[in-house]
Amino acid sequence: MMEPSAYLLLSGILFGIGVTGVVARKNALIILMSVEIMLNAVNVAFIAIGSYLGDVTGGVFAFMVMTVAAAEAAVGLAILIAIYRLKETIDITELSVLKW
Amino acid sequence: MEPILFIVFGAIAVGGSIMVVTRRHPLASALYLILTLFAVAALFVLRQAHFLAAIQVIVYAGAVVVLFIFVIMLINVPESRLPVERLTGVRFLAVIVAGLLILEGALVARRFGLAGTPAADSGSVEAVGRALFTDYLLAFEVTSVLLLAAVIGAIALAKKKI
Repeated sequence: MMEPSAYLLLSGILFGIGVTGVVARKNALIILMSVEIMLNAVNVAFIAIGSYLGDVTGGVFAFMVMTVAAAEAAVGLAILIAIYRLKETIDITELSVLKW
Repeated sequence: MEPILFIVFGAIAVGGSIMVVTRRHPLASALYLILTLFAVAALFVLRQAHFLAAIQVIVYAGAVVVLFIFVIMLINVPESRLPVERLTGVRFLAVIVAGLLILEGALVARRFGLAGTPAADSGSVEAVGRALFTDYLLAFEVTSVLLLAAVIGAIALAKKKI
């Protein structure tokens, strides 16, 4: 049996990689995928702590996170399709209409 | 046995997610994302969360990533019109800040110092199902409303004319 801090460390690493993807990339599709990585990292932490405490709540919360991730991907990609139809680009630096 | 498998699948997950973030073409990223999600599902199995591992493979790798690949092929940005990305200035700083974030997470995780205990029945289909349909029934039902809202929102956004 391993201690859960190793899982927490892995979760932190995955989350950091996801943050890098969101901040450093320009391609909107890859940014959405990085968000998925971040949500997955959180799930790893939930499951690790949940099984350490012998409590099912961690699993239930991970389930909720997965639901939100699926909804987020569906709506995010729909927005992306609408933007591409309008602007013919998925480069987020060119999508600055709302920028003051 | 668990430490070896943890290291193997953890390394696959970290390597895969690095590839997701660094690939130029989004389709390559999506395929590496599948690899990462499978590795994470294996980690769930290591933590006795079998139900969540199955959901991870079915919902994430089976539905979400397929949706991503659908959209990538639907909008089909030609190779020449993909955004040109170089590691300069602010974006280089972003990588450093993410590194610091990981370091901070590592320090916090070390401070936790949790000793391993034998996992109780915390992730089987029966345990999760029982919790979902008793203690978290309201949250579970609200989830269905959320999904319905997402479906309607996605259709309304992506359709040319409603």
